[in-house]
Formats: sequence, C-alpha cells, structure tokens
Amino acid sequence: MARKASIWILDGNRAAAQGVKLSRVQVIAAYPITPQSPVTEKLSEFVEGKELDAQYIAVESEHSALAVCTSASMVGARTFTATSSHGLAYMHEMLHWAAGARLPLVLACVNRAIGAPWNVLNDQQDSISQRDTGWIQIYARNNQEIIDSIIQAYKIAESIYVPVMVCYDGYVLSHTEMPVDVPAQEDVDRFLPPYKPHTILDPANPKNYNLVTLANPRVNAEGVLCHGYMELRYLLQEALQNSRETITTVGREFGELFGRSYANMFWENRLDDADVVIVAMGSLAMEAMVAADILREAGHKVGVLGLRVFRPFPKADVAKALKKSRLVVVFDKNISYGLEGATCSEIKSALYGNSVRAVIRNFIVGLGGRDVKARELVDAVNKSLLSLKEGDLNEEYPEWICAI
Amino acid sequence: MKINAVNMTEKEYLLPGNRTCPGCALSLAYRHILKALEGQVIVTVPASCLTVLHGMYPVTSVTVPCVNTPFATTAASATGLVAGLKVLGKEGLTVLAIAGDGGTHDIGIQALSAAAERQTDFLYICYDNEGYMNTGNQRSGSTPLGAISGTTPILGKQQNQKDITAIMEAHGIPYVATANASYPLDLYEKVRKARTIRGTKFIHVFVPCSPGWGFPFSDTIKIGKLAVETGWVILYEVEDGVFRLTAASESIAKRGSLRPLREYLMEQGRFKNITEEQINELQGWVNTRWKRCLDRAVNN
Repeated sequence: MARKASIWILDGNRAAAQGVKLSRVQVIAAYPITPQSPVTEKLSEFVEGKELDAQYIAVESEHSALAVCTSASMVGARTFTATSSHGLAYMHEMLHWAAGARLPLVLACVNRAIGAPWNVLNDQQDSISQRDTGWIQIYARNNQEIIDSIIQAYKIAESIYVPVMVCYDGYVLSHTEMPVDVPAQEDVDRFLPPYKPHTILDPANPKNYNLVTLANPRVNAEGVLCHGYMELRYLLQEALQNSRETITTVGREFGELFGRSYANMFWENRLDDADVVIVAMGSLAMEAMVAADILREAGHKVGVLGLRVFRPFPKADVAKALKKSRLVVVFDKNISYGLEGATCSEIKSALYGNSVRAVIRNFIVGLGGRDVKARELVDAVNKSLLSLKEGDLNEEYPEWICAI
Repeated sequence: MKINAVNMTEKEYLLPGNRTCPGCALSLAYRHILKALEGQVIVTVPASCLTVLHGMYPVTSVTVPCVNTPFATTAASATGLVAGLKVLGKEGLTVLAIAGDGGTHDIGIQALSAAAERQTDFLYICYDNEGYMNTGNQRSGSTPLGAISGTTPILGKQQNQKDITAIMEAHGIPYVATANASYPLDLYEKVRKARTIRGTKFIHVFVPCSPGWGFPFSDTIKIGKLAVETGWVILYEVEDGVFRLTAASESIAKRGSLRPLREYLMEQGRFKNITEEQINELQGWVNTRWKRCLDRAVNN
C-alpha cells in the first residue's frame, strides 16, 4: 500500500476527469453532449488553469473528436475523449478506424439512451451498439471504479495497442456524488509509465499508415511477404482474445499499489454457495446486490455476477462462476432488437458446451432512464424461480419490466 | 529568389511510378507540393484519388510520413497531428491535409470549417477534379453546371459548383490561394509561402481529370491552361486580406481579355449535352467572378 486514502466527494463525471488528469493525458478532444458535458468542462478547466499540460481541442463533432485522437496518437500523444449516446453513434466509423489502426485510445462513454424519440437518460444501448468495433469495454459500478478504470485503461491499451472504452451510467453515476479515493499523482506515475507509441509519424523515418490493403498477403519492395487485410483483422481478434491476461494483471498491479484489486473480469458477490445468480452490468450490479440481500432473507441462495469487462467477454470465467447455478437471471439495460439483451446472449454463449444446465431468464429493464428498483429485480427473480419448477431451460424472448 | 524550372530542388518526394491514371494532373501537382515542403511535412489523406496514388500496402509511392484517415476527417486528423506535435514539443514540421473536392466541398467541409475557425496551424490543399473521380465520376459540390457524370448521366448537372476558396476566405484565415497543375511554379511558390505563415492556410488546386472529363490524356496541361485563359479558373492569392492575381491570370488581367468559355467546354466529353442556355449561364458566372477579381486585385 502506497499511502493513506484521500477521499473526495465526486460525481462520476468529475471522477472521470480526475482519472484523465492523473493519467497525464496530452491531447483531449471532445464535443458536448448530455450527460457527458461536465467531464469535458472539467478537463478544459484543468488545461486552461494549467493544472494539466495538454492540448484541449473543442471540436465541432464527435466524429472529429475521435479523428483528432487517432491522429494525435499517431504522432505519439496520449489522448482522451468522452461522449454519450448519439455522440458515440456518430463516432462509429472512427471507433472501427481507431481499433483497426491499433491505437491505444481511451474513451469514456457516459451511457445514455439513443433516439428516436429523444431521451437524455440512462441505458446502455449506446455502448452495446458499438461492441463489434474492436474496443475493449469496461463498465463501472460506481464512481470509484470510474477513476480507477480510466487509469487502468491507459495501461491496458498501451500494453496491447487496443483502444479501451470505459462505460458508466449517465446520471445514476455521472451526476451522483459519492466518496471516491483519489490516487496520488506520484503513485499513478509509478503505475502508468509514459506512452511509448508503436507507430509514429516522423519525416526522419517516413512511413505511410493505413494504406489500401488487399485481402491477401503481398510482398514489399524487399520481397518480404506482408500481411493482407484478413491477417490484420486476425491480429486484432487475437489481441482481444489474449487481453484477459493483460486486463487482470493490470488490475492486480493496481490493487497492489492502491488497495483496490481489479484482478477479475467480473465482480462476484456471494457466488460460492449460490444456486440462483443475478447477472447485471454497470450500476445495475449494485442494485442487484440489494435485491440479492432481500432474496437471501427470504431463504434463497442468491449471488450476483456483476459484469465488468464486456469485451473481451470472459466466457471461460463466466462458465466456471455459473457452474453451480440452477437459475441465471440476466438483467439488460439494452436490447438487441429481434433477439434479447446483449449480455444474456453472451451468458448463453459462455455456457454452451460447459455442462451447465441452468435455466436462463432475461429481463429488459431501465431503458431511457426508467427507474429500476431492487424490489422489481426481486419480483423478476421470484417469477423466474416459478418457471424453474416448470423446467423450461430457455424462453425465446426476454420479458420487459415496463407497463406493456 | 524567383523559382524556375532550373533552380527548383531536384530532390523528389514522390517516387517515379504510381497508380494514378495516365495524364493525371494530381500526380504533377502533388510532386511540386511535396518539393515545396522539402520533406518537412506530415501528410494526412482521406479516401480519394491520392489514396490510390499513395499505393497499396506494403508499397508506397511517397517518401514523406503519411496517415490515411476516413473521408470526413481530413481537417480533424490534421488538428490531431498539430496538437500531438505541439504537446510533444516537435517543431518545424508542416501538417498538410490534402483532399479532393468530394472530401472538401462535401463530406469534409464541417471538419475543415471548424479547424479553420479554431485557427489550427496547418496547410489544407483541396485538389479539385470536379467530381468523385476515384469512385468512377459521380457528381460533387464542385461539378460544373451541364457536366455529365455517373449520377447526372443524361441531363448533366443542373447546378453550378460552389466557390470553396471564397468560403474558406470568409473564415478570415491568413492565406488562401488558387493554383493549377498546369502552372507548377505558381503552385510551388504558393505552397512555399503558405509554409511560412502561421494559422490555417488553404490552397485550391485545379487538377483536370482525363478519364472523368473526357479529353485525351495527352491534353491535361492544355485543358488546365485553357481553364485559366477562359477564366474558369482564376489564379490568385489572398494574404491577410490583400488580393493579388498571379501567373497567367495576372498577365490576362494586364492584357485584358479572356477567351470565350465555350472553347474550354468544347474540349471535354462531359459537356457534350450542355445547352446554349447553360453555356451562357456559365459564361455569365465567369464574367461576374472575373470582374470581381479585377476589382479586388491590387496588381491588375
């Protein structure tokens, strides 16, 4: 342990901004959107007040924000941007580009519903919609995890050259104050070394990045066979497949230095003896623990699996953690229209072939900021327990906790 | 020292042999742009004919550092390069954003306008072949009235092009200029000048396109010259608000006569269906703009 705690009362956005400042980010580009705006306001204040030696670029769109970050990263700068909802959707092309170019960017997504119709409140449809862009996605349950995850995100991204998205729930976390242990700068400096770029634009050694690349390998001027497009895509998938090791190692190192370990891909709460497991991601995992308390009082052996890293999805770890479960109830603040909640699909995929014969039930909750009460989670679990007796392993479509 | 073909640097930054079409004016213009920057440059390029010129991985035709960037992001990418270089304390390099007319007049104008408004210290060059030539000649915001294109295949385009240089000048940036691949020394000198100015610099470079416009590839230089002699293109620069005609446009102003625009139009297959009414409309547009330039120029 490096030092004694320094507890500040911070909302999620200010916690994120502190994490960025402590990570000594050099180029920040952002465009305002609710509920992300306070992050960028705070960061511009740090830069104008000379508390942070960085270039702050007030761009005209989120698409440009990420374009600024990708190019700044290519000359060797550590970068940051933050957005929400429509802003993240507008970045979609650049999300692919950043991952494809293997740039270790960090982005905070303050999770918000997406239109139409307009809605500025929380759900996770925005970041879930970007899951196939090649970014690592980490979800925070509370404001402490926001600041800690951003600092870790740089170390993860810069170790394996894969960009990292740190997601936290709009308003529920972004605008809610809670005590946060803010690390000391010297400790963060010890944890996070300066960025060493693997690609750099320099006239002394001219290189041309992200040229048109054909499907098949092709020889260069020296006759050396170089990767085709498909090999480059494989390498990105391989990097994500192998990133579990880096994510958990970085999380463990963080724990050793700061006393809060992130050595697991997800949070386990009373899973040891649980035969009923609630799965949730982000702040909903905290609410799920309250629901589990109530269900435990009623005599059920309930635990919570709080998803932290959604990409890469920790299939093997999840299958192991759910091995003893009879019933898995997955709550999603997103919907893959025509199928089910995205995390439910991933849980099912993780369990396939692992001889876990748990009943799986999926509930769609909290879209567009609809309040999710612990009591509603309890009712959903109780209802699922009834269907457990009926023996139906699977239902075709999820249930929605709403008025229809 | 006045630059001429003899005293211009012999060093080449564009390697011989690239993937552009025969008679490509961009290839010629780009060669002189890179010479003027003497290798002290980082280039950012969106999807465009220049992407094709740059080659296919793992082979490239340029010896300057370059980043490819998505279509809409040229000026934003340049902003990132400038910010990154500044924060890392790397000085003395020009950031060159170079895009076609589709990437400038159309999909890239938002990022470009914003970068200019932020007074980003970079050089933006729009090479204008008046259409989406890389994707096979579709109409853009720069395609002229009456021109046949892939998406104006029968009637020809029903609207004239927008004046992108005037739009950029309205941003109050310290330097805007027009240039033309047929006048490489004028282009070279403008890039040299832009290099020394802080802030956003914009140069519009006219690049005739043989396959897209329908003229023999041996006529590229001739078409470029005809464009200036008829006033379709006017060579000028505006430095801190002072407007000067340059090169052939300066001589024409002093001599006082443009050739009829019809002579330029009739050389190109894309205008094969143009109507008399459209020709008159374009001639009127040219006359008005020429008069405005003559009125503004401090050197006519």
